[in-house]
Amino acid sequence: MTDPLSPPVKKDPLKNTRMGHVSPGLRSRAARAMAVRAGQGRFVLQVCDYCCTATYPPRDRCPKCWGTLDWQDQPTGATVMTETTIRVTTDLFFKEHAPWRVGSVQLEAGPTAIVHLHSDVRPGDRVRMELKLDRGGNPALFAMPEKETPNMVDDAQYRTFTADPKHRRVLVTDGRGPVGQAMAKALLKAGARAVFLGNGDTTMRFDGEAEMVAHENVEIVPLNVTDTNSVTKLAHQLGGRIDIVVNTAAVTRQSGVAFGSKLTDLQAGFESEVTGLMRLAQGFGPAMSARSDDGTNSAAAFVDVASVYGLTGRAGFAGQAATAAARLALISGLRGEMAQTGIRVISVLTGPVDDVWHQHVPPPKTAPAQIAKSVIDALTRGLEINCAGDAAKDLFARWQADPFLTIREENQ
Amino acid sequence: MVGQLPYDGVVICAPVTVPYVRFSVETAHWWAGGAMQALARETGLGPADFDGFCFASFSAMPDSVVGMVQHLGLSPRWMDHIPTGGASGVMALRRAARAVQCGDAEIVACVAADTNQIDSFRQTLAGFSRFSQDATYPYGFGGPNATFAMITDNFFRKYNVSRQDFAKLCVAQRDNALSNPIALLKKPLTHDDYLNARPIADPVHLFDCVMPCAGAEAFIVTTPEKAAELGLSTARLSATIERHNAYIDDPVQTRGGWARDIDALWSAAGCGPQDVDMLQAYDDYPVIVAMQLADLGFCDKTELPGFIADNDFTITGSLPLNTNGGQLSAGQAGAAGGFQNVTEGLRQILHCPLGDQVPDAKKALISGFGLVNYDRGVCTGAAVIEPEDLR
Ligand SMILES: [Zn+2]
Repeated sequence: MTDPLSPPVKKDPLKNTRMGHVSPGLRSRAARAMAVRAGQGRFVLQVCDYCCTATYPPRDRCPKCWGTLDWQDQPTGATVMTETTIRVTTDLFFKEHAPWRVGSVQLEAGPTAIVHLHSDVRPGDRVRMELKLDRGGNPALFAMPEKETPNMVDDAQYRTFTADPKHRRVLVTDGRGPVGQAMAKALLKAGARAVFLGNGDTTMRFDGEAEMVAHENVEIVPLNVTDTNSVTKLAHQLGGRIDIVVNTAAVTRQSGVAFGSKLTDLQAGFESEVTGLMRLAQGFGPAMSARSDDGTNSAAAFVDVASVYGLTGRAGFAGQAATAAARLALISGLRGEMAQTGIRVISVLTGPVDDVWHQHVPPPKTAPAQIAKSVIDALTRGLEINCAGDAAKDLFARWQADPFLTIREENQ
Repeated sequence: MVGQLPYDGVVICAPVTVPYVRFSVETAHWWAGGAMQALARETGLGPADFDGFCFASFSAMPDSVVGMVQHLGLSPRWMDHIPTGGASGVMALRRAARAVQCGDAEIVACVAADTNQIDSFRQTLAGFSRFSQDATYPYGFGGPNATFAMITDNFFRKYNVSRQDFAKLCVAQRDNALSNPIALLKKPLTHDDYLNARPIADPVHLFDCVMPCAGAEAFIVTTPEKAAELGLSTARLSATIERHNAYIDDPVQTRGGWARDIDALWSAAGCGPQDVDMLQAYDDYPVIVAMQLADLGFCDKTELPGFIADNDFTITGSLPLNTNGGQLSAGQAGAAGGFQNVTEGLRQILHCPLGDQVPDAKKALISGFGLVNYDRGVCTGAAVIEPEDLR
């Protein structure tokens, strides 16, 4: 069994922070394609279009018949064949984290693979494989115990493949709304040590404020994402203590493009959701990057909660879809930058949120608690993208299958 | 399968070693030039005299054999580049022999050269192969130590072999290195030293691992007539085998390509393993030496502990093994590590060893193993050589 993770001890200010290396990022294009699926939490291997053989490591042709290959979901069962504990390495990250256990497994899907081993598994054991992303955003096979073992997710190796909120300190950017408040509750339930809840207007009380203030580990902090000074000030004050940022900023107004829209609404939306995202990234990104390998409460993830309609646009909500599209583009750029420093950048996509702005939208709508659950799920599994609620899942599936058809459908 | 034609009209001669150093500021080109210079000293030949050139290296980037030919002022009518590391010596030998036999070249310099600059080992590992960069090194980045640790872990359990058995092989090789003036590791190694060494990647410990270094090895393949004209002692090639990516369905490597072709080797050589006077095996990790002992026909894998106990692997023993100390004690100079089995075997049967002479050496078995592309060594080869003319 795994020793339970102990809460982080107060840091000796004279002690250097580990630099947070990531392993060499050189990968084949096929491995990058595997990473994309890993970021969605799928367990995939390439399967031959002709003879149906599953293959690994990533190839460009089938080794049995030279047919072309496609990524497909595969059974996750495997048996451990060999193990080793690596004590000496020339890699800077693994050197900091030695000893490190790996082994080879026989996958139920067919091929064998070299994999990271959970501390509770041994040669001969049946295991459940997970396809993870490593700190550099590259795909990694991880062998987990077949059945849950005590404190399983606290395994030191496993924790470097997740951004589990347990013992971590989280900034939720908009605490005035139901999404931010649901987020705070879910984070505390998941073991977060502290939640800093942003308040964009300290002169006005907000619904739920009393309940939030009553939580021992919640602190309301002034944060107006449309104001660079406000973001910079909070970043200076809290930057070195924030391990996860969850950006819940959202400005929803019904709008068309040529019809039924106001330029000022669009501008306000961009200022808050898009420029605001960049302000947060600039304010908190560097300090988080410097602390990505800082022990139990190392900085781990930047999460952005945005509308799934950023993928497609949406009739009647054009402005909101446009800001979401811009957020997705910024998040992709940020992900590339933060992969160099070991911080995960996560998009959680939502359907129409069940709030006052979507009263006339027919169900299914996405409850704030569902969004919070999806964020926690993405953090604990180390995902790159996650859909909150059925509407977002449905749209994402249609978009993956035929992006232009889905765009047409959503804008009619 | 058509049987192998004999290597009539071909001889091997002039084994040279450019003494290894742990780290070098020089390049692979410098070391390759050093090997050519050593061949020139043995033979009196210059750049214009070699009409064949066969090259193996990991650290000559961005150059291949093409860049090396121009760098060294050669103008061959036949050349080859062998990228197979530990199998490159046997493979160079086979290719050069057929080129000479068919008249595509008359005198071929076979050269392996690698440098070892500070940090070049890490860099070589990081970009070694596509499968390793995608699917091996990101897993703890243990390099070949980790891959062979997994192979060893399985081998121990499957064949009831232990570190005690490997100790005897490694200690014997270190004993052999003691008489080799240019071996890098020359401190006597005891059985207890071996067992008490620090773990590197369990169950691989310090003395299971080779020491990466810089160096070069070379030999000449030519006609008997040309060798006579140059006054060189010669050996003949009795038989060879080569096989790549054998037994792809074995989930963990327990055998190499030798096992598939070994009968062809012994039948072409007209003898068996009991008839050889020495084994110059590829020894990047003792598990591979043990695998070769079995796959080359000395014993079954289940009999390995007994076979190792019953034999003496030192130079004067019942089965002299890696008589220069092997890579484990002489050092592993990149691809040159895949040539030292050939140069050392040649020296012993031509009676010009670096260190002590194997008594009455008439037949050498040379075995190569190369390139852990992913989870196992892919390339294997073996050759039997015998003295022809001692001059
Ligand atoms: Zn196929």
